[in-house]
Amino acid sequence: MSTMTDPPKADFRLSMLINDTRYRSLTFQVIAAIVIALSIWYLGNNLIQNLRAAGLNISYSFLGDSSGYDINQRLVEYDSQSSHGRAAVVGILNTLLVAFLACITATIFGVIAGVLRLSNNWLVSKLMAVYVEIFRNIPVLIWIIIIFTVMTAVLPGPRAFRGDNATSSMLFDAFAFTNRGVYVPRPVFANGLFGATILNWLLVIVVLIGSWFASREIEKRATLKQEATGERPKTFLVKLAVWLMPFAVLMLIMGLTWDIPALKGFNFSGGIKVGGPLIALWFALSIYTGAFIAENVRAGIQAISKGQTEAAAALGLRPGRIMNLVVLPQALRVIIPPLISQYLNITKNSSLAIAVGYADITATLGGITLNQTGRAIECVLLLMLFYLTASLLISMAMNIYNASVKLKER
Amino acid sequence: MSDQTTNPIAFVAEDTIPPSPPPARETGVVKWLRENLFSGVTNTVLTVLSLVLIYILLKNTLPWIFNGVWNANSLAECREILAGKTGACFAVLTERWPQLIYGFKYPADAYWRPNLALVLMLVALAPVLFFDLPRKMLLFTAVYPFVAFWLIWGGTILVPVVALVGFIAAGAVFQKLGNNSFAAGFFGAIVTALVIWNVGGALIPEGLSENAWLTAVPSRDLGGFMLNMMLGVTCVSLSVPLGIALALGRQSNMPLIKWVCVIFIEFIRGVPLITLLFVASVMLAYFFPPDSTVDLFLRVVIMITMFSAAYIAEVIRGGLAALPRGQYEAADSLGLDYPQAMRLIILPQALKISIPGIVNVAVGLFKDTTLVSVISMFDLVGMIRGPILASTEWNGVYWELLGFAALLFFVVCYGISQYSQWLERRLATDHH
Repeated sequence: MSTMTDPPKADFRLSMLINDTRYRSLTFQVIAAIVIALSIWYLGNNLIQNLRAAGLNISYSFLGDSSGYDINQRLVEYDSQSSHGRAAVVGILNTLLVAFLACITATIFGVIAGVLRLSNNWLVSKLMAVYVEIFRNIPVLIWIIIIFTVMTAVLPGPRAFRGDNATSSMLFDAFAFTNRGVYVPRPVFANGLFGATILNWLLVIVVLIGSWFASREIEKRATLKQEATGERPKTFLVKLAVWLMPFAVLMLIMGLTWDIPALKGFNFSGGIKVGGPLIALWFALSIYTGAFIAENVRAGIQAISKGQTEAAAALGLRPGRIMNLVVLPQALRVIIPPLISQYLNITKNSSLAIAVGYADITATLGGITLNQTGRAIECVLLLMLFYLTASLLISMAMNIYNASVKLKER
Repeated sequence: MSDQTTNPIAFVAEDTIPPSPPPARETGVVKWLRENLFSGVTNTVLTVLSLVLIYILLKNTLPWIFNGVWNANSLAECREILAGKTGACFAVLTERWPQLIYGFKYPADAYWRPNLALVLMLVALAPVLFFDLPRKMLLFTAVYPFVAFWLIWGGTILVPVVALVGFIAAGAVFQKLGNNSFAAGFFGAIVTALVIWNVGGALIPEGLSENAWLTAVPSRDLGGFMLNMMLGVTCVSLSVPLGIALALGRQSNMPLIKWVCVIFIEFIRGVPLITLLFVASVMLAYFFPPDSTVDLFLRVVIMITMFSAAYIAEVIRGGLAALPRGQYEAADSLGLDYPQAMRLIILPQALKISIPGIVNVAVGLFKDTTLVSVISMFDLVGMIRGPILASTEWNGVYWELLGFAALLFFVVCYGISQYSQWLERRLATDHH
């Protein structure tokens, strides 16, 4: 009679660290840990020695010092006496401003170009293909410079608007396009309900949000009624009233007037001045990223199988409703993730502002502040921290969205 | 049956009637126009609007292009020749051609060297891009980086030779040891290369570069479109292997390696390239040994390579994830170890799927090389904005210069994307 026995357990030998898969990954990780620790030690040691040789140290106290430089385009109060930290805040707000504006317009351009590229009209679809190829294949920096050149070298100076034989005139007598920037009318509340302007604007936003909820409620009721009786009440006029009435009443109460820019002396005054660099950056980022978004939109629409369109047509839906009710809801699932990463790209590409002198975070903290204080390491680290935070927030939003639209499978 | 014989048929058509031509509005150009341009009211409006747009564009640009002046020494001279007509001043391109292409400091008698390097680059790239060509040509591709380095930077030939010898020896050691254990071969190769480079570097006598056959050109003298091309080609070719390593590391089941790769990739992808270039220009020097001087070109190459490697790693990770699990299991069941399975089964398929993505990253990277003008390197855009537009002769010639730069980038990038589409069709082995 023979008995089955386990093979004798091999004693641990040193060669097993390399040859045995059970131990090999451990060996590799130990080696990797040693290599990483050594390189960090080496780089850190170099850093310390270099800093000591240059008589520097790592300190963030410079953020509290007076900056001594001016910023033209700003959303909050700032002057040359303000601190470097305040300049960085101005820069952050400017980055967010241009990124926000560019995201909106890039989406509009992209959706229009993407849909038109699928048009039955041969000429239009070819034109859109040309737009996409031209803008995708030329660096965004060149686009920014080209549009900035249009803003500064082609548009007329303020003096061209002066006198009886002025060579330029204001659009609708309210918008002035000059080489120093574009001047647009500014809404002013003559008798605002609050002292601070920002509170008045908050009130306007609150009213608009209220209108949005109300109009959604009307839609819901209409759907309920349609399900009960089979007839959908007309909601368009009611919704229009819900949107316009409270807004108009609020504007009347607060006494809305427009501060229209006017030529005073050598320059325009009054209104809001939108600087040339901001417009160059905004427009260039919009058309450049719009070309990429157009491709995403086209891919998303084409990803919906033709059977869906045909089935909808067989049910008797008209082309417009096929697009709205069948194709787009499915296409959005494909379009939105790459769309959000395009928004991420816009935010990162807005750092090119430094090439045209728009005071975003890269130009203030990473440009002037860095050069004035010589705090290279601190400034670059803070800069990276800001962009990393922004990127992580945007990708978090994307993950939440992806989870919410994921096909529920069992 | 009998009916037929009794009742003779009066008429039988013996040949078929020839088909009549389709109605005029259903053929040829008219039909095409009707279907594609004027099929409805909206379509007609769109067509007319597009035609108007095209007309306006052409009306404004064509005279400007065709009246262009190609021979003049300054903008003022251009305007004299044009005498009030609208016209471009392309003379700036002919007069400043060397500056636009090579930068303003590269020695003029050495322009043949980058030119030759470019031609050789096309030869070296050919077997990589078109794999119907004889595989022997890859040998030249392997030697090319050293030849190009010697041609462009000049100086003594010993430097690239020592570097090449180091690589050859490392390859030989890997062949010898790698048959038994991949790890032993890998680490052995690294140690061999480092030893040869250090010993060889110490052996090269000082001052040999001064009177070398090819005059030595320092990195800061490189510029123009040549700089864009060099950064693009170097960084893409360096970042593909690094990207593969990062992607494999991210898929690894060793937690330490995995997390190092994840942090590296996500960090790099989260910050704009400009901040990395700032690191290269103002911060990286602090991390090198105190007395060393690493020139700006190398520092920028390091940062851009890291940048694109992170993006390529994500593309390749997508390719790896797209492979069915069965491929990994099949490799395991054949008894292949990890390096073999990757080299023979997984990577060839994963890389094939990733090609469009990698090409996208490469095109994006090539466009991003213009950003080095922000850290005051004189690439094509830097040359245009700096020395050329600031000169008294050409102050104000925006459109010709910017249009030229745009055209140059468009031709290269569009060419690459067309190649990628061709390659995708070529590699499609599945049947639909």
